[in-house]
Amino acid sequence: MKYALLLMGNAADADCGDDGGPDPSDFMAFDQEINEAGVVVGGFALEGPEHGVRVSETGGESIVTSGPFAESGEFVGGSYVIEVPSIDEAIAWAKKSPGSRLGHIEIRPVADY
Amino acid sequence: MSAAKNRAIDLIRLDATRTRNLARLRIEDELRPGDHQDHATQLDEDIGIAEIPDERLGLFFTCSHPTLKEEEQTALILRFLAGLSTVEVAAAFLTETTTMQQRIVRAKKRIAVTGIPFGRPGNEQVRERMPGVLRAVYLIFAQGFTPATGASRHRVDLQDEAVRLARLLVTLAPRDTEARGLLALLLLTRSRAEARTSAAGKPIPLAEQDRRVWDSRDIAEGLALTRAAAGEDGAGIYTVQAAIAALHAEASAFADTDWVQILVLYRMLYDLDPTPVVALNQAVVIGKVSDPEAGLAALEALAEDRWLLRHRPFHIARAITLEECGRPGEAEEAYRAALACPGNDAESEYLESQLNDLGS
Repeated sequence: MKYALLLMGNAADADCGDDGGPDPSDFMAFDQEINEAGVVVGGFALEGPEHGVRVSETGGESIVTSGPFAESGEFVGGSYVIEVPSIDEAIAWAKKSPGSRLGHIEIRPVADY
Repeated sequence: MSAAKNRAIDLIRLDATRTRNLARLRIEDELRPGDHQDHATQLDEDIGIAEIPDERLGLFFTCSHPTLKEEEQTALILRFLAGLSTVEVAAAFLTETTTMQQRIVRAKKRIAVTGIPFGRPGNEQVRERMPGVLRAVYLIFAQGFTPATGASRHRVDLQDEAVRLARLLVTLAPRDTEARGLLALLLLTRSRAEARTSAAGKPIPLAEQDRRVWDSRDIAEGLALTRAAAGEDGAGIYTVQAAIAALHAEASAFADTDWVQILVLYRMLYDLDPTPVVALNQAVVIGKVSDPEAGLAALEALAEDRWLLRHRPFHIARAITLEECGRPGEAEEAYRAALACPGNDAESEYLESQLNDLGS
């Protein structure tokens, strides 16, 4: 089964940002461990939500806006796509990730279309 | 390269196993009532898991996986481990058959889409997740014991099913102390089923129950299981509760109850499981060990708990204790507060009659 581990942060979280949260070296160590385990099949790390650009269409007109977006608290900071036998292994990896200590990790089964 | 190839083959094999296991949960959900026996036989033949204890135990872990909602867990266990039809499961939970059908279909879909594993987990996982399995069986029993709302106070069915399931777990995991503790607790609680309600369906408190009606076979088995489990390292919340139930079972009359020992056990239980319900029971027992005034003080100390304030037994305990303290006016208020909380009809009638007695 393929799962996306979505590393979620919250803009309202006081610890969020460059100075707070787990040490970057924790993330590096986790990244190395999960890659060496041979389960990673994809993934990405994202710049902060303040650098996001939104495109939407209202009444036939495209609107482009730039972040930060005050109304949305939660954001995706990055993701691993892993291939493991079951949800149990995905949960085990999520528990190991430093991302579960500050924000949370949402595990989503990858749809098989 | 060859490692990657092997892994790919493993995953394909796992997929095949998954498909096969999902097929096991395929059994039609449109059975008529009364199909129970046939169905249980059919399920055994179909799955053949009766002969393979590890697979059957694995099915318990699948059905009580923490990613499933509680109501999905209990429905799946009754459906696929107790072998009840969907109609029977629906009736047991006082829900519409179509609602139960949808619930089971959703739960099965969740198992498939989420990738909830089949088969017996590794030893460490078994230890970690056994409490969840036991809890699901306990919830089934509790549902049979006190339906949240509605007319009938007892559906002996669910209690019996839960006892059967606990017994099955003991067979499948004979070294698990808490599984035996749970079976003991359920047996000792079920032993009082007949004595708990009057012919008219009115609940009868422990103090007024006719102990000759208690089921001696359930008690004998429950006591033996408790004695063995209580001395083991693995004793936890179910074994301690069984030990409390055992002390009640051993008292030939309410006045002979060993309250001091029961209080010791409630303190142990609160350390293991610091919930408002345990705190409430502990406060009631303090009243028995010391005097009603001490019990009342212990109850008042809990009056800040917002969950307990919406919980009938809390107000009933206060009402009874206030009566014992010779404060009928406040007791009446406490009974009225109990009536304002959600509960089933038999309890409401009991409360009305208590109010009438106070008024006369």
